[in-house]
Amino acid sequence: MAHAIDTAHDAHDAQPAAGIKRWLFATNHKDIGTMYLVFSLIMFFVGGSMAMVIRAELFEPGLQFVDPGFFNEMTTMHALVMIFGAVMPAFVGLANWMIPLQVGAPDMALPRMNNFSFWLLPFAFTLLLSTLFVPGGAPAGGWTMYPPLVLQFGDSFPMLIFAVHLMGVSSIMGAINVIVTILNMRAPGMTLLKMPLFVWTWLITAYLLIAVMPVLAGAVTMLLTDHFFHTSFFNAAGGGDPLMFEHIFWFFGHPEVYIMILPAFGIISEIIPTFSRKPLFGATSMIYATASIAFLSFIVWGHHMFVDGMPLSAEMFFMLSTMLIAVPTGVKVFNWTATMWRGSLSFEPPMLFALGFLFMFTIGGFSGVMLAMVPADFQYNQTYFVVAHFHYVLVPGAVFAIMGAVYYWIPKWTGHMYNMTLAKTHFWLSTIFVNVLFFPQHFLGLAGMPRRIPDYAVQFTDWNMVSSIGGFGFGLSQILFAIAIIQCVRGGRKASAMVWNDAAPTGLEWTIPSPAPYHSFTTAPEVH
Amino acid sequence: MNVNRLTAIDDSAGRSRGRTFRRALAACGGLLAAGSAGAGSWTTINMPRGVTALSRDIYALHMEVLWICVAIAVAVFGTMIVAMIRFRHSRGAVPDTTMLHSTKAEIIWTIIPVVILVVMAVPATKSLLKIEDTRGSGLTIRVTGYQWKWQYQYQGDAAGIGFFSTLSASSNFARQLHSGIDPKTVPNYLLSVDHPLVIPSGVKVRLLLTSADVIHAWWVPDFGMKRSAIPGFINEMWIKVLPGKEGVYRGQCAALCGRDHGFMPIVVDVKTQADFKEWVAQQKAALKQASVGRAGGALTAQALN
Repeated sequence: MAHAIDTAHDAHDAQPAAGIKRWLFATNHKDIGTMYLVFSLIMFFVGGSMAMVIRAELFEPGLQFVDPGFFNEMTTMHALVMIFGAVMPAFVGLANWMIPLQVGAPDMALPRMNNFSFWLLPFAFTLLLSTLFVPGGAPAGGWTMYPPLVLQFGDSFPMLIFAVHLMGVSSIMGAINVIVTILNMRAPGMTLLKMPLFVWTWLITAYLLIAVMPVLAGAVTMLLTDHFFHTSFFNAAGGGDPLMFEHIFWFFGHPEVYIMILPAFGIISEIIPTFSRKPLFGATSMIYATASIAFLSFIVWGHHMFVDGMPLSAEMFFMLSTMLIAVPTGVKVFNWTATMWRGSLSFEPPMLFALGFLFMFTIGGFSGVMLAMVPADFQYNQTYFVVAHFHYVLVPGAVFAIMGAVYYWIPKWTGHMYNMTLAKTHFWLSTIFVNVLFFPQHFLGLAGMPRRIPDYAVQFTDWNMVSSIGGFGFGLSQILFAIAIIQCVRGGRKASAMVWNDAAPTGLEWTIPSPAPYHSFTTAPEVH
Repeated sequence: MNVNRLTAIDDSAGRSRGRTFRRALAACGGLLAAGSAGAGSWTTINMPRGVTALSRDIYALHMEVLWICVAIAVAVFGTMIVAMIRFRHSRGAVPDTTMLHSTKAEIIWTIIPVVILVVMAVPATKSLLKIEDTRGSGLTIRVTGYQWKWQYQYQGDAAGIGFFSTLSASSNFARQLHSGIDPKTVPNYLLSVDHPLVIPSGVKVRLLLTSADVIHAWWVPDFGMKRSAIPGFINEMWIKVLPGKEGVYRGQCAALCGRDHGFMPIVVDVKTQADFKEWVAQQKAALKQASVGRAGGALTAQALN
């Protein structure tokens, strides 16, 4: 697809500003991408340490460490930090770094807005995390913020709402930037269907973001007015409807789930062909499958609410629409498998993470199909089975894809290879512990353990202990990830332009030197 | 005496730590060799079959879908593993770069999942129709969720009987932070209440669920069903325990409802119809006595005034 282009001029272009100004006033997509990724990594450890508190308390029955109220604060904040602070910014960071490089653009289309959308995040999360220190503590009603419970929280409540608004504004601006860049700044010859899959999945994700983030903003604003201005949107005593919040929330919430997985699909569709030394099988149907999943994501929200009471016809509709999602998702898994078939596979760290994704995301897909069965959902819903399901799709799913992407592209960013042994150790420890952590949670849920409880009946002890051991192991293994990244930034074997010479990856990003010059593609490349 | 009591608590905490360590080791062992006692036993890893026709339908559906998923997993993961072994670069595999797409293959692996999904959807729809049919109930009980207890109010023939059901004192004492009490020494830790709900077997019991504050959810796994109790709404569900399955069944609130969400269990005492009638009669007699007592008390108070 890509061909030799003249990069000699790039090296002589303007260099970054000195010191803090480079970051505060950053308009360069690479600098902003780096800031997003660093921010995401920090939030990954913040949210992770909250998970450690949760798993420590659940190690055995009885309350050993924290008050039940604080436990609820931890589960709520863990979810908010991981979703809005770790996973989403990581994908936006990758988009910032890679989309201009993959479509042959000199930068993102709207660089100042790009700066603003990043810099909102540290403020949003400072606000959110500072609720841990206000009277009454942090929000403790779950990240789903269901009224009336969420309205019971004191000073933290308006701070939570404002933080969510800031995150929403940031996401919407990020999404606009992605769409404008992709639609307007592609190199000559790069037709839509020639775009790499990572760009495609991000384009679709960006539309999802623009469609649903305002819905979330609307829902939380109604909570705000219910709390402070005595409206009754969700207050039954005033003629309102607490279930309406759930409908609005999940109309946002289900596409949000795909916002966190579609770019991961894109990443996997980049890594597997490279290390199979074979083009992606059925690239066009992969794009259609992604678009179908995105469309279906708008009409399945009711499956989060089966136990809340719904007309039979609605239960049937949401059950069938949810089951349909398995079809395009299946197409993707089969196409990735077909890409590996008759390929020539090698197992560098990015490929290991992609394969981990392929196996474990599929496990999460299976439990997803099970959850779609309404009668069985009456048993599964609100239990650890659900916790196991969404952690399988989010941790060895989305997070493994992000880690795979970092290991795939970081030599391009820093110009250095990382320590392969360290990265492989990180992969194997993460894979073993993530299964020890989450697989037993299926058992706990089926055996009857509700989610979001700080203490449990004694028959759940053994699997909780196993799960906690897995949790501590997984948490500690992530220190290796940080070490691998820091070492790679500081130095290491020089990376070539193609980085993975042996696998000869295709794509415009591999036609420029490593590290990518501060300004790349100032002259648009020709794509044939 | 106080000193003695503290020592006793410290001792038990010490013992509990020792046990904890051994138990953790045992749990790890259990992970490696599922099938051994405790961690490996079937009831701690799977959904209960339960004691109602519905719960058994649900269990059957769950197992059917589970085995279909296992079969697909074996096929898909098997193919991936074969690819990873056969087509290794290190073994000199040469990639077939002409394999770009195959409309035939893609149509096949779109249609097969659709067929499998239809196979799953049929039994799911059948049991759903049964679950949502709340007609013809023999007893109606109103269930109200509170932070953090349940209220049960009987309707119809048993009207007038009503009570709150809260976590039992022994569990409540043991669950306090640093209580020093080993939960394993507390009978039915976190799953016992002061006043269990009493229902007859063999009768379709309809529950009308609502809440006085935030959203709760009523769930007893052995009955197969879970439903939210939402302020301003009345949700319905029904239970018909199979005759011969009388006994005590336990569950928990399943919707996050604040600080003590984990501490509002549900206990249902299922009696034979004869025993249930007797229990209703007893409760009514007690109610009558109580109301006489109250009326008498009021009279005395009036006289004093």
